[in-house]
Amino acid sequence: MTDTAPARDEVSTVTVTVNGTAIEAAKGELVIDAAERNGVYIPRFCYHHRMKPVGMCRMCLVEIDTGRGPALQPSCMIECTDGMSVETESPVSKKAQDGVLEFLLVNHPLDCPVCDKGGECPLQDQTMSYGPGESRFIEEKRHLEKPIPISQTVFLDRERCILCDRCTRFAKDVAGDPFIHFQDRGNDSQVNTFPDHPFASYFSGNTVQICPVGALTAKPFRFKARPWDLDQVESTCTSCSVGCRVVIDSSRDEVLRYSGVDSDPVNWSWLCDKGRFDFEYVNDDGRLTEPLLRTDAGQDLAPAKWSYALKTAATAIKGGLDRSGPAGVGIIGGARLANEDAYAWAKLAKGVIGTDNVDAQLDDGLPAAFVLGLPRATIDEVCAPGGTVVVYAPDIKEELPVLFLRLRHAAVEDGVKIIELAATDTGLTPLADSSLRVRPGEAADVVAALFGSGTAPEGVDPTAFFHARTLLAGGARVTAVIGRPSLAESADVAVAAAHRLLELVPSVTFLPALRRANVFGALDMGLAPGILPGRVTLDEGRAHVASGWSLATKELPTETGLDTRGILEAAANGKLDTLVLLGADPLADFPDRDLAERALTGVRTLIAVDLFLNESNRKADIVLPAAGYATTEGTTTNLEGRVTTLGQKITAPGTARADWIIAADLAGHLGGDLGVESVAQLQDEISRVAPSHAGLAAALADPANRDGVVVPVPAGPPQPPEHAVEGNPADPSHRGAAEGAPAEPVLLADGEVPGERLEHELGPDPAPATVTLPAPPSVAAPVRDAYAHRLVVTRKLYDHGTLVQHSPAIAALAAPSSPLRLNPADLDRLGIASGDRVRVTSERGSLAIDVVADSGVPKNVAALVLDQAGGAAGQLLTAGSLVTDIRVETQS
Amino acid sequence: MPRLNPDNIELAKEILGRYPRPKSALIPLLHLAQEQDGWVTDDAMEHLAELVGCTPAEVLGTCSFYEMFKREPVGPYLVNICHGISCHLLGADELLEHAEQSLGVKTGGTTADGKITLEEAECQAACTEAPCLQVNYRYRYKVANEAFDQLITDLRAGKLDDEIPPHGTLARRATRQHIPADRAAGPAAVDVNVEPVWLSRNADASEAKG
Repeated sequence: MTDTAPARDEVSTVTVTVNGTAIEAAKGELVIDAAERNGVYIPRFCYHHRMKPVGMCRMCLVEIDTGRGPALQPSCMIECTDGMSVETESPVSKKAQDGVLEFLLVNHPLDCPVCDKGGECPLQDQTMSYGPGESRFIEEKRHLEKPIPISQTVFLDRERCILCDRCTRFAKDVAGDPFIHFQDRGNDSQVNTFPDHPFASYFSGNTVQICPVGALTAKPFRFKARPWDLDQVESTCTSCSVGCRVVIDSSRDEVLRYSGVDSDPVNWSWLCDKGRFDFEYVNDDGRLTEPLLRTDAGQDLAPAKWSYALKTAATAIKGGLDRSGPAGVGIIGGARLANEDAYAWAKLAKGVIGTDNVDAQLDDGLPAAFVLGLPRATIDEVCAPGGTVVVYAPDIKEELPVLFLRLRHAAVEDGVKIIELAATDTGLTPLADSSLRVRPGEAADVVAALFGSGTAPEGVDPTAFFHARTLLAGGARVTAVIGRPSLAESADVAVAAAHRLLELVPSVTFLPALRRANVFGALDMGLAPGILPGRVTLDEGRAHVASGWSLATKELPTETGLDTRGILEAAANGKLDTLVLLGADPLADFPDRDLAERALTGVRTLIAVDLFLNESNRKADIVLPAAGYATTEGTTTNLEGRVTTLGQKITAPGTARADWIIAADLAGHLGGDLGVESVAQLQDEISRVAPSHAGLAAALADPANRDGVVVPVPAGPPQPPEHAVEGNPADPSHRGAAEGAPAEPVLLADGEVPGERLEHELGPDPAPATVTLPAPPSVAAPVRDAYAHRLVVTRKLYDHGTLVQHSPAIAALAAPSSPLRLNPADLDRLGIASGDRVRVTSERGSLAIDVVADSGVPKNVAALVLDQAGGAAGQLLTAGSLVTDIRVETQS
Repeated sequence: MPRLNPDNIELAKEILGRYPRPKSALIPLLHLAQEQDGWVTDDAMEHLAELVGCTPAEVLGTCSFYEMFKREPVGPYLVNICHGISCHLLGADELLEHAEQSLGVKTGGTTADGKITLEEAECQAACTEAPCLQVNYRYRYKVANEAFDQLITDLRAGKLDDEIPPHGTLARRATRQHIPADRAAGPAAVDVNVEPVWLSRNADASEAKG
């Protein structure tokens, strides 16, 4: 828990009397907040504690006396001052509340029986609690077209709108996408979009959650359930690695909605639309429900019994072990898994099978030892006021959207300076104080130059460069966000850049920007070559982990295994006997499609564990259905290393089993025993065996740690985290977000509270040291020939990945195809018009593709979006090359 | 539907130069768009959004607040018949009825030839001259039915062109005010706590005056 705000007694406090009771308030704290913190709830519609107040709805009018006599004032706009007296329940305040509610209901249709919000509606609740009970208005209410779609996912019913300005403020101030706005202000005021300009924001779903009436509704939830029929559990979103806290709502064993929970260190109640609306895949009919087997080559996959499928898989693995030893088995994937699942699979791979050819990343991230060895920052540390953030990462708006919101707030509201190093314009560029165009392969040199005294490196805008240098010389605290900005660039480039930064600013801490759901948990749990559970290397941790697993040390792998690229190369060359795809689709996601194809054909036995059939696992011999999100409990780890709980809400489809159970079953068939029978047991074992996770189970069980625990768990008693203002149950904006529901403490797993680990249970050995940063790679980008373009391959939020495409609400938002983007000047030079079809040739292959002009792409660079639908990127990239150059030619 | 034409883009740039922040120029630019087409088209609003660096929804939000920015086509002559209490007492209703009949349109409509749009307006502050009306915001006092008919005939014949330019016209070319480049405020970055140049320049000027 980091706490950057000074403790209460350090700031000047003032004494305010609320309803006759004296309370302490921070100077500058709003009356509405101070009262709520002390148990006096003042009704409100427009006020949301994560947004600036506007005093729009007048519902929070209370009598405030600052020495000049009591007067009605909006408590969301008034700051506490010493000696202030506030009356929230006086006859005058009550009359004001009556009047405001009567007024707000003048045009509200009161169609609660057919409104999705009915039952969890702040307007409904507060009308019951504070309203006059009847209205004097007999006039006709205003009529407008009933719900109009303002985006692919959000509907707007303007009749129900009470003009509180929450959605429009969110769009402008929080998301920075002011595509909705008040129009026709006056008697006909309404919220709307510009004609034919939809509310195309990645964050539009948040407006549905914060709407205090039923004016904004989400397409996937409309008319699906009444709030009182919903059952809920708190969990963590796993659409990316930010780890937003959510509430899963379900009814009749079907997931119906996710809502954001106000987790102070992470998501502040916001979610991105992908995270909010991809719940649909959980219920999708296409889910795998039973094991599939291919009995003979050339035949289709056919359903099989679990026992037979597991036996077949085990026999295949055993056969492989007999033929080529443990090194003949490889496991790719695991970022989809919960920590406990990942741990079980790591134990199966490294303890039972004995192979170290395990990798949770698909050559699209950063090396495991580098990620685990970096001095890690939290989101709060990166966003703390006064800091400078150096970003060399993928487009954060596209890949880690809620981290983008936090960075946006930091930059816009808190004066945090962002220095962005990127090959092309990104979603972060408009927020950056200085955005430097860095050609692929040259990031480390640019970092070095920023701290040097020379001129700007070639191709970097001097103004931005010198501004960045001044910022860095200013002495502010520096943090960094480091990731793999382009799949066409080797991870070595980012690694070298980080090393260079660390040399020049030894105090720098890093937020690693890998996108896959629980990739950090998978790495922590040892699903990476050379790594054992608990952030220890194979050599350092062998003795400790072997004793924790009751194995002889020689039974663990002796040499560091292959990463995904190595595994696929081995498979393609016939050197790998068995390949397990643990929720991985290398044909779509591995940057070099040709290699992935040869690997899947070259391997003797292909086993897949997944939620859906995909292009890769259709080629498998054995497909095992996994239970997946919302159907199993466990924990997940975000990019900060924060471990939070995953809630179980519904039953898994068909006979699908949790990933850890599949690992345990396979171990059993292989003659081993994982020795675990429940998630709680796994959590205990992780706390005991994994050095970085020592004491985790106990820390997570502490209700004070409902926002999760950053590993390694600090020694000593866990510090209670600084919480956001605890919400009134009637208010949707507060944690427990499922509107109207009381917040409940999060219980671990199935409600058991694991007992505290005692010292003597921690194992006989002192815990080994966790991974230290490996030596930097040497990076020298090859010279680009004058006719070539250096390629940049990025990702978009909505893509053709399995989970998005099985979520109907957002599936259509993925662009059907992605053209090559070139600088307009380059197009002119080549004599090509925007929209033309060109031939693109790389070392790997050649293909025809449409090209468009994009002034956000610098000269001599070509940009492409990784498009899983058999797109161009996979045909142009060569696995392992430092950079990729392409030739663009007109088609003859 | 048209965006700003090249001449007006130049003018727009000059107008933008008068304000430290581009968004402050929105209302003068909306006037410019209305001057060009007689009303504010959707395309023009999108164009203005690009020019001032905001979204079209924000431009529409500002534009729609002002009754006198027309977001539907109007004729070159916008006739507003006063509806205030004095005009009402002195026959505005009869005048409006006569206008509707003689023009063949209802209030808010535009005549078949596209020349004249008829509207009612709240008090135009000419109560001593009731009933009054405005054509493109130019007054006509104590309007009787016959005078109204004559006015319409003259408008259609172009006899009043010198006095009443087409709807939306802010200034004719010869009389348009231009701010010399050295008097422009110049753009200032938002959120930079640096005093804009023109502030100190004005201070110098007042000091010089003593």
